Amino acid sequence: MPHFVIVGAGECGARAAFALREKGFDGEITLIGTEPLAPYERPPLSKQALVETIEPKFVATLERYQDQSIDLRLDTTVAAIEPADKTVKLADGQTLAYDKLLLATGASPRAFPGIDGAAKHIRMLRTHADALALRAALYPGQHIAIIGGGFIGLELAATARKLGANATVIEGLPRVLKRGVPEEIAELITERHRLEGVDIRCGVTIHTVREEADKAAVHLADGEVISADLALIGIGASPNIALGEAAGLTIDNGIAVNERLETSAADIYAAGDCCSFPLALYGGRRVRLESWRNAQEQASLAVANMLGDAGEISAVPWFWSDQYDMTLQIAGLADGATSHVRRDLGDGAFILFHLDANGRLLAASGIGRGNVVARDIRLAEMLIAARAHPDPGALEASSVKLKSLLAA
Amino acid sequence: MSNNWIEVCAADAIDEEDVIRFDHDGRTFAVYRSPEDDYFATDGLCTHEKIHLANGLVMDNIIECPKHNGRFDYRTGEAKGAPVCVNLKTYPVKVEDGTVFIAL
Repeated sequence: MPHFVIVGAGECGARAAFALREKGFDGEITLIGTEPLAPYERPPLSKQALVETIEPKFVATLERYQDQSIDLRLDTTVAAIEPADKTVKLADGQTLAYDKLLLATGASPRAFPGIDGAAKHIRMLRTHADALALRAALYPGQHIAIIGGGFIGLELAATARKLGANATVIEGLPRVLKRGVPEEIAELITERHRLEGVDIRCGVTIHTVREEADKAAVHLADGEVISADLALIGIGASPNIALGEAAGLTIDNGIAVNERLETSAADIYAAGDCCSFPLALYGGRRVRLESWRNAQEQASLAVANMLGDAGEISAVPWFWSDQYDMTLQIAGLADGATSHVRRDLGDGAFILFHLDANGRLLAASGIGRGNVVARDIRLAEMLIAARAHPDPGALEASSVKLKSLLAA
Repeated sequence: MSNNWIEVCAADAIDEEDVIRFDHDGRTFAVYRSPEDDYFATDGLCTHEKIHLANGLVMDNIIECPKHNGRFDYRTGEAKGAPVCVNLKTYPVKVEDGTVFIAL
């Protein structure tokens, strides 16, 4: 009986295991994860999980793994992969032979050079356990210093305010969300955080962060020291490549895969946060995406290819962030855009459509209360996938339904 | 079972292949008009994370959740795959004299 092994039991690995069964695979499936918890969704960790004590949002109940004959091995570390023998060695000495292997090892929060991110007053956030520890430290009147004005940092600042804690966000670049978010939207988000009482400091260089007198002390390059009850480091994530690298797989900002999610070794695939892949839609440019939806879509694509269906990446990058009552959604990659048009949706909500010099729609970014931008962003995504060159005037006019452009 | 018909809106207040949100008595619903000009109604919140479906996109007979792209056939409420696995509850709908009613 063929044996498929999945290393990494996050969103991507778990979805892949179930997708194998949905597509009729009746061999053995082993799903291996380092965390003690069954696979769960990570997006709530910077939001709801910190506000209420909640159970992790599990991808599936343990019974479902049993029903689907998925051998879920938690709290289990893979020590090595041997592509030549087609085996996986576990840290406990066991060896598993595989017919096909999927690496869904995810990413880890990037450490601040020289800083212990697991200190009592200096933390990072990736796992449910991290969120529980952080939650215990967030309460009214406390001061949290957030290193990094990216999505995690800003979502945490919003959550800290909701809990009555004070937040200072420290960003080295001249503005927040420099990576991937247009200035117009970043400004609106910054303004909202300031209204909510968050102290956002951009263009600030940090010298060091250390624990001092039962506090976290953020030492800035100009000599100022920001003292906080807790410092949280949210400066991005690095792909978990160690296993792949040791196995001799090609690495290029992640485990390098082709458009079918095949690594450089036969019968080994990689998907989700850990891999970089070529995006045909953007001239074959190699990207790595850290998003919930990418994890889901690549799980499904990897499975199709593991079963010999030969599907290729066609998805448009897409993600969201929730802060206060606002949701930001972005579809596509805006780099390469030479102009944008703005479509106002009322109640302060708007979408920016990013076009290249030939008028092709490359990306759309929208922000508004709740999910008001979602439908138009979804339609924009379909236009982007179709490599459409929509009339900028029609994109701008909210009276023109985007659906009508799709049919054109 | 005696249906309690509740007035929703004018039939032309919903575009073809579109959806609106309808709140009634502390509950929230999504009311759809299909490309074939038929009307349907379901619970208003996605079964995955309680997101209002009426902000989502209707394509043919599918409503897609605006947050995580979970898909349902709004005629039957059937969940069409991950991340949604629980079907949506549906409700009878009728159109009389240009007005849409939902049976609760």
